Formats: sequence, C-alpha cells, structure tokens
Amino acid sequence: MTTECEVLVLGGGGAGCSAALHLAQRGVRVVLLERGLVGSQASGVNYGGVRQQGRNPAELPIARRSRELWGRLKDITGTEAEFTVTGHLKLARGDAEEAELIAYLDVAKRHGLPLRLVGRNAIHREYPWLGPAVVAGSFAPDDGSANPRLLAPALAQAARAAGAEIREHTKVVAQHHAAGQFELVSEAGQTFRAPVLLNMAGFWGGAVAEAFGEPVPVRPLSPNMAVTEPIPYFIEPNLGVVGGNVYLRQIPRGNVIIGGGHGESDPAAPWARPLPEVTLEVLELAVQLVPELAGTQVIRSWSGIDGKMPDGIPVIGPSRTTPGLFHAFGFSGHGFQLGPAIGAIMSELVLDGRTDIPLDAFRIDRFPPAA
Amino acid sequence: MRIAVVGAGPAGVRAVEVLAAAGHRPIWIDEAPEGGGRVYQRPPAPLRRDARALYGFEAKRATALHAAFDALKARADWRPETLAWHIRPGAKRLHTLHRGAQDVVEYDAALLCTGAMDRVVPVPGWTLPGVTTLGGAQIALKAQGCGIGRRVVFLGSGPLLWLVAYQYAKAEAEVAAVLDTTPFATKAAAAPGLLRGGATFAKGLYYIGWLRARRVRVAEGVTPLAIEGGAEGVTGLRWRDAGGREHAVACDAVGLGWGLRPEAQLADLAGIPFRFDALQHNWVPVRDAAGRTPVAGHYLAGDGAGIGGAEVAELAGARAALALLQDAGQAVEAATVARLDAALARQQRFRAALDRAFPFPAHLAAGLPDDAILCRCEGLRAGDLRAAARAGNAAGPAPEMNRAKAFSRTGMGRCQGRVCGAAAAEILAAELGQPVEAIGRLRGQPPVKPMPIAAPRPASEPVP
Repeated sequence: MTTECEVLVLGGGGAGCSAALHLAQRGVRVVLLERGLVGSQASGVNYGGVRQQGRNPAELPIARRSRELWGRLKDITGTEAEFTVTGHLKLARGDAEEAELIAYLDVAKRHGLPLRLVGRNAIHREYPWLGPAVVAGSFAPDDGSANPRLLAPALAQAARAAGAEIREHTKVVAQHHAAGQFELVSEAGQTFRAPVLLNMAGFWGGAVAEAFGEPVPVRPLSPNMAVTEPIPYFIEPNLGVVGGNVYLRQIPRGNVIIGGGHGESDPAAPWARPLPEVTLEVLELAVQLVPELAGTQVIRSWSGIDGKMPDGIPVIGPSRTTPGLFHAFGFSGHGFQLGPAIGAIMSELVLDGRTDIPLDAFRIDRFPPAA
Repeated sequence: MRIAVVGAGPAGVRAVEVLAAAGHRPIWIDEAPEGGGRVYQRPPAPLRRDARALYGFEAKRATALHAAFDALKARADWRPETLAWHIRPGAKRLHTLHRGAQDVVEYDAALLCTGAMDRVVPVPGWTLPGVTTLGGAQIALKAQGCGIGRRVVFLGSGPLLWLVAYQYAKAEAEVAAVLDTTPFATKAAAAPGLLRGGATFAKGLYYIGWLRARRVRVAEGVTPLAIEGGAEGVTGLRWRDAGGREHAVACDAVGLGWGLRPEAQLADLAGIPFRFDALQHNWVPVRDAAGRTPVAGHYLAGDGAGIGGAEVAELAGARAALALLQDAGQAVEAATVARLDAALARQQRFRAALDRAFPFPAHLAAGLPDDAILCRCEGLRAGDLRAAARAGNAAGPAPEMNRAKAFSRTGMGRCQGRVCGAAAAEILAAELGQPVEAIGRLRGQPPVKPMPIAAPRPASEPVP
C-alpha cells in the first residue's frame, strides 16, 4: 500500500511533531513516521529543562523563538505540558567557573536574553539552601522547565487535529529518491511517497543523511537521569552548573529530578539505561550543590537515546546532495527546549524557502569528510 | 567461578546448599538480617518463640530451612541487610547497598531468588490507617508478635487468606469476618486438581473448618464495597454477598490480599524477557523448568520466577543451582536432577489447580470507582488513569501501560507500580477494551527499591 503526501517527516520527537503541526496548520498534507511511540527517546526521557541561558550563541536565536512558542503552548496544544517559568540558576563552584558566568553576560545581552549575576555575597542570602561549594550564579528569569513526557505527544495530538497523519510503530527500513520523489518503505512493507522529506530522526538521523550521501559524525548520547521521592518544595529555580556535570530541579509536587553524565545504550535495539556509577557520582555532585538532599530516596533512574555532534550543536538545514531533503537532528542533549521552534523553522524552509533564523552554523557540510 | 545468589528464602537456601556441596563459595545477598525469606521470617532474638507457635504446620519445614541456613552462612560470602539495587547482565555486575555503603559484586553466574510480595486490589478506603496486606498482617504476627488490630476483617482470596485468619484467631485476636471474593463454585470446580496437593490441600480445609467451628463469620463470592473510617483509622467494612445483599461489619483493621506477585525487578533489569501467565494472571520472567533463562549465566528460582510457594521454591532453588553447575561443565548426579524434576512437575499440576481455584479478581480491579485511590504513592484515583486512556486527553490516548504511566504518573512513585500495577493494568485494559496482556507491563528501572542519597563527603576526605 502506498501513501502519497506533500511532506514526509521522519521521527516523532518534539521537533518532528512540531514540524508536522506547523506544516499541517499551513494546509500541507504531511505524514509523520515514528518507529515507536512519539516522544519515546531523547524528547521524552530528557531532564525537561526549558533553558536559554548557557547555550551556544548560535542556538540562541532558535531558543528565543522557541521560548515564545513555549509561552503559548497551551493555546497551541491544549496543554502547557507543565511548563513553569521558575527561572534557571546556573552555578559556579570556583573562580574559573565564575569567570565563565561573567563572560556569558555579554552573549546574553547581544541576544536580548535577560540574565542577572548573583555574586558571592548574594548567592547564599538569596538561596540559603545552597552548599558552600557554590560561589556565584547567574539567573535567567524567563527560563524554566516542563514535563518531557507530555511535549511530543501533545504536539502530535495537535498536529493530528490540524490534519497531519501521525504513524506510530512505523519503522522505516529503506529510503530512495528518484524523479523528484522520496520513497520510504516501512518494516511492515508500506510505502510512503512525497517530494519533500524532513529528516528529524535524532541519533538515527545520521543513518538517513548517510543514505543520501552526506554522512556526519553523530554518536549516540544517553542522558543519565534520576528522580527522588517527593520532599517539601524548596528548590524553586531550575539549577545547572558551569560545565554541566550535574543539573537538578524540583517540581512543586516535591520530586527532585537530577541529571548529569551519560548512561549506556544500544541504538539498534533501541535500548538505553543509566550507569549506576554515573548515577552515584551525579548524586554526590547534587548533594554538594544542595546538601539538604542527603538522605532523600532515589526512586527511579532512566535514560534514552539522543544524537551528539562533535561540536555539540545540531545539524539543521537543507541537504547538500538531495533537493527536497531537509535535516534537523543531532541536538546533542539539549534539543527539548528548541523542539517547538525547530518545527516552525522547518515549515518555513519547506514552504517559504527561507527563515529569519540564521542557520549557517548548523549546516550539514561543516564537518571534514571522513578519511 | 564467581557465583552470586540473591535471596536467602527457601529457594536461595537450597541453591546455596547445592553450590556449597559442589565446592563453591557463592556471594549471598539478602535484604533481611537473617535467612528464611518472608515465608519463614525469623523474629529478632528478643521476640523468639517456639517454631510451632510461629509457623504452625510449617514448623518442621521452617526449622529445617533455618538449620540449613545457619550451617551454610559460614560456607558462603554471606551479606545480610544488603539490597541488590541494580544488575548489568552484560558487565555481569550487581550493585548493592548495605547500611548506606555502596558495593559492586562481579559474578560469572547469578541465581536470582527474589521472592514475592502481596498482590493487592485497591478497594475504596484501602489507604486508611489500619489496612495492611495479608502478608504484612502475617509478618506482624510472626516477626513482631503483634496483630494489626483488635478486631480484624480479612478480605481477599487464596490460601493465605485462610491461613492468616486462622493464625490471628489462634493468637486470640478477634476475627470479625473472613471475606473471600472467590465464589464457592469456582473453588469446588478446582477441587479434583487440588487433591493432588495432598497435605497442602488438607491444611487449607483444616483452617476453613477450624474457623467455621469457632463461628467466625465467613462468606464466599463477596464483593467489597468500601473500607470505612477516617484519620483515626478503620471503623468498618461494607460488602455485598453473592446474593446481592449489602452488609457492614465493624472492625479496626483490615488485612487484604489476592495471592502473590513475583518480585522480579532484578530479572527485568537483567534483560530476561517476560511472558503473561494467564493462569496466574501475572507477568513472569521466561525460564525453563530448571530455572535457566534466555540471558546466559542468569538463573531464576522461587516465587520471583513465577508463584509456586515455599515447597516449590526449595525444589526450584536446588534445581537451578544444579542447572548452573551443569552449564559450567560440572558433573551433577542424574538421579538428583530427575528426582527434583519429577517433584517440580507434580507440584506444578497442583499449583495450576490452586490458581484456578483462586483466580485474580480482574473484574474487581477493573471496576474500581473513579474516585477511589488507585496509586497511593502519587495520590492518583482510578479516574485519573481512565482519563489518560481517553482520546480527549491533551497528549492523546495512552495505548499501553508505560505511556499511561508517563501521562498520568500511575506507578511513578516510591513503589514504582509494585503495589498498584496489577490493578492499574486491569483498569487501563478495560478502558481501552483490550485484554490485559495486550497493554504491556510497567518497565523496570533501577533502583529496584528506593535508595537514599549519601551524605556529602567531608571536605577533608579526598575524592577517590
């Protein structure tokens, strides 16, 4: 059986579901193909940070645009996916880290991102529960967090309502391009045909790019995540550190979500799990930041699979080999906040042939060809 | 060869016995301070009483198992009060926690004898103070020498219902009623098979007869309506009899349970596939009759590998240890293997009759009212889970168990669905119009039980 449409989206993460939604809203016949359930991997299992501060400057225009969409998520999807503007507090644990916080203030200013330095005296006054290891912080009042389990499914549901077709449990096993048409074949033998293909398949996007003659050095990346039992609510801001080896946030119901480091994975299965040694190390880092967490019970840990690029920023933009093919993958562990805007940007690339967001830093041919 | 045995209940003790006899010194882990498992749990020394009072008809078995355990402790690397919280089958490492100290156990072969826990069906009011599981009620009596209340109702089904009620009555607690949700006819139909159980079947009849003779109120085929009470605790229980008439009974405690479910989180983390056992109405890890699993070097025995009871667990523990030895190329006595296999097969037939006699009351779980608490850790009601299954849900309908968990938080709390999972599956399946085995099972994630975050390292202590 063959399904014909105008745009095929490969991958049902937050970005892919947002692309399906934005295209459907503009009247495009779009079909999204997802191997499992939407939001099963990086989009669904990540930390849930909705953070602009600290990003690579190239990502900030996307993050700014996405933040605007996050603010309207309830209107767009019917749920805010527990998005809460708690502010994001990035912490320094020494002079060198503090210098990095200060240096980033200029970057934030250039991109209109509100950011306030919390100095050595103020930090323990304003956040008396921080441990002595912390020497300074920078606070981004517009940042916050959301429930990653809800974003992609909510965007997919909104896309369905707008007329998109979301095909879950549809694993693509072959892809071709001939005579201006992409033809994708699923494991169950269904064929999908369209003149435009959006490769938004996370880590597996690397294999798709390779199939069209433009391999990139993408590696699997598994966030190492854990959550505690509920304890009385006291950690209001989403917390990070310079260097990113630990991050934690508390939700008002009391649970503390703690991440840092990387787990193990097998993308072929696909299968991912946190590493116990990493979990214990991250818990130790967390308790240095917030000593009161000592004795709190960890009730679950988990992971999933994202794609990591060598320079830590994704591939976004048109293919250099195949007309009609556009990529957006390899979000390197920080795509959750960007997802909504990526979908909007992809719809503009497809329908308008351009976007206001500068994408040059993300071009697929920025890596030297493999030897 | 480095062998790790997790669990020192009937299966674990008999497994270590076989391994020690073959010249091995396994690393032996249990959460409890002493061996015996839940079924033959030993009270702390100051509360010791004679075995007959503690274990009734099982006194001889309990005493024998304890004696075997005591003799084996020195022949193994015995690690009591130790939680195995994660297992990595590829790396062959177990991660353990003992009184706040983390450790890693490297092994070549692992035998998991992780036992079982009570299977619960939520009833409106089941989270009131004074409600406990049948197993919990029994442990209170056995290990602490106290009851769960002064006037107790026992509700549920299965052999444990009658045994615990009998034990409470013998301990001179007032048993206000024994309410069995299984109709008499269901049990009668399974009677021919139950006769295979011989002594076990006879003991069950004895308990029931003993309770009736003492004019304890007994009813079969009942439908529980609500446990009543308030912040002070339970005050009574309302139920409907098989004829549709409503009754109320005053009490200050309720013990409830519907058989057991495997504690199979380690097997899950070890990557062993699971199958739905329609008769037991449980998801059980896949293994052969000897306890071998599809994951090389990993063996299962006892209730953690599918509910069989303590007698079966002893046989299965010895058999799995022999399988482990056989796979390692060690000679084992063919006659011993054959004797164990025959005994296990015989027990299997009795067990099947028992499961038919006391089927899981899926209809009670599926029919839990919308406003009744389903997931007590997260404070979720049955209606919250049903909403997650509906198309009107903002994130779309949840087509399977883990997605329903993701949307609604059912099974996301401290117990990770070990308590509410079975009932939650029935509710979701009914809402989706699917058989319960079609909607999957909650995925296991480490740690298998809550694990405290360690205190910060003192500044003077160097980071290793």
